[in-house]
Amino acid sequence: MTREHQMALYRSMKLIREFEERCLDMAIAGEIIGGIHPYIGQEAVAVGVCSQLTERDFITSTHRGHGHVLAKGADPRRLLAELLGTLEGFNKGRGGSMHAADMKLGILGANGIVGAGGAIGSGAAWVAKARGNSEVVVSFFGDGAMSQGVLLEAFNLAAIWSLPILFVCENNMYATSLKLESGLAGSAARRAEGFGMVARTVDGMDVEAVADVTGELIQRCREGKGPAFLECSTYRFFGHHSVLELLGVEFRDPDEVVRWRERDPIVALGAKLGDDVVAEIDEAVKGTIDEAVEFAKNAPSPDPKDALMYLYSGTAAVRPGVIL
Amino acid sequence: MHAMNRALHAEMAADEDVLLLGEDVGVGASGVTSGLLPRFGRERVLDTPLSEQAFTSFGTGAAMMGKKPVIEFQISTLIYLVFEQIVNQAHKFSLMTGGQVSVPVTYLVAGSGSRSGWAGQHSDSPYSLLAQAGIKTVVPGTPADAYGLFRSAIRDPDPVAVFAPSALLESTAVPDSGAEEIVPLGEANVLREGGDLTVVAVGQHVGTALEVADSLSDRVDIEIVDPRTVYPFDWDCLRKSVNKTGRLVVIDDSNRMCGLGAEIVATAAEEFDLVAPPRRVCRPDGTVIPYALALDKALVPGPEQLMQAISATLKL
Repeated sequence: MTREHQMALYRSMKLIREFEERCLDMAIAGEIIGGIHPYIGQEAVAVGVCSQLTERDFITSTHRGHGHVLAKGADPRRLLAELLGTLEGFNKGRGGSMHAADMKLGILGANGIVGAGGAIGSGAAWVAKARGNSEVVVSFFGDGAMSQGVLLEAFNLAAIWSLPILFVCENNMYATSLKLESGLAGSAARRAEGFGMVARTVDGMDVEAVADVTGELIQRCREGKGPAFLECSTYRFFGHHSVLELLGVEFRDPDEVVRWRERDPIVALGAKLGDDVVAEIDEAVKGTIDEAVEFAKNAPSPDPKDALMYLYSGTAAVRPGVIL
Repeated sequence: MHAMNRALHAEMAADEDVLLLGEDVGVGASGVTSGLLPRFGRERVLDTPLSEQAFTSFGTGAAMMGKKPVIEFQISTLIYLVFEQIVNQAHKFSLMTGGQVSVPVTYLVAGSGSRSGWAGQHSDSPYSLLAQAGIKTVVPGTPADAYGLFRSAIRDPDPVAVFAPSALLESTAVPDSGAEEIVPLGEANVLREGGDLTVVAVGQHVGTALEVADSLSDRVDIEIVDPRTVYPFDWDCLRKSVNKTGRLVVIDDSNRMCGLGAEIVATAAEEFDLVAPPRRVCRPDGTVIPYALALDKALVPGPEQLMQAISATLKL
């Protein structure tokens, strides 16, 4: 991998980290309402995978989706504007953290229901295949989604119809609080093999390794060799979502958290690039996020009278809650 | 059935983005889908495995990419299995994305309601659930409306559910006139004009209501409104009718609790000029259709109950 490529990967991971750290602060401070599911710790997965995609390829994202969306090229200003519920957000303040997506970048929604993106991605992959110009779909999900029947059904559809889709399982070892071994019989990758898919496992804390193996699997998809599966072992440095963080709920062994934090993918790649390069990129990223915060905080709020705007793409008369 | 089959042929011929997917659609097991695979090929007619949840969201994904999938469910209760995929996914994408995407999918339930002898898990009419959740939902009561509404549903930019009542699919009582007119969504039809009482009749009960109105014609003058689209409902048409007659009876194949009839009666009570309390003829609360034919028929609304409700409302 060239140094330029490594620098690009580092910059993208750092952007996600800086974005998420700022968001976590804002969520805990109540500036972001509801809550967020921080991607901190898992950056190498989104960045490594998306580094192998073009603007014409598609992804489906998850409730822990900021990293995927940023790695696919979304403008952090507009992502943060969405999290603050403003009209400058991708979803004009109608989606929030779990649904923020710039669909112009081929992001087919970030989904609040675990495992829901796989079948949607398969439908998109079917259309991509019919178009015949080598576009592919990547569907991201966590290890918890491997217990959702609809995702396993989607594997089957993708396999029988030989669809150009890469299923990326971000195995962060916890389905909210349930440990992997308590919730998953067998292994994720072996299950995928059962559907006749090529399945690989990779160290999800090594962005270069993720990028390399993704590149091979995506190439297969582009060549019409059917779906593939990639299991990335990774870890979320913080809890499941910001509210648990705020409440101080931690169900993981503190030593385990420390061990994984020592394998921080950003620090690891930074060490290869050297302090000067890292300092320069970090400074630039910080400036980008400062600017995003400034932009989002000054963005206009939607008008309450428009609360049901966009409910239908076509027309339908909707009656109000009270008729006097 | 023939009308819906013709509608599907016509719409697939008119727009190459229209796809058909579902179980046994290749062989046309339901009748509605027959002849489509030979004509349009496997690129547009997809026989799916028995994975309703995945192929429903598969349709959502294809729709987000510009296709117009028609997804067939041969059993009405499969709608329960895919409630998440329709209500929580396809329906919500437009608003949740701030209008970035539309999901023009049609869910075709080719056989809703009792089919006499198919018992507990194959005999429901779950259209009120989708209407309550805000899914555009049509329940045609005649072959001409089945044709015209189905075509409108496929053309609509939003998810639309089409419930074809089993009683009509299997019936030859109402002949398929071969009409090929598009029927817009959201427009009710006054099938019979009258001044004494309005009957709202849904799906197969359009026929029931016409029969009852005729049998009472020497004593009362009944107006029959077929909503055709149950959501969004054509309140203006009903308002005009009820404000004229002052009396309302609804016949609908939903359960009593929170069924479509409940909403129509509630709206009439809130907003219309009634001279008598409105009534519903529907299934009992929480109905599970038993197997034995006499038990099945005891729970599904029919002409006798409608006649009784009309008589009570008019104090005949």
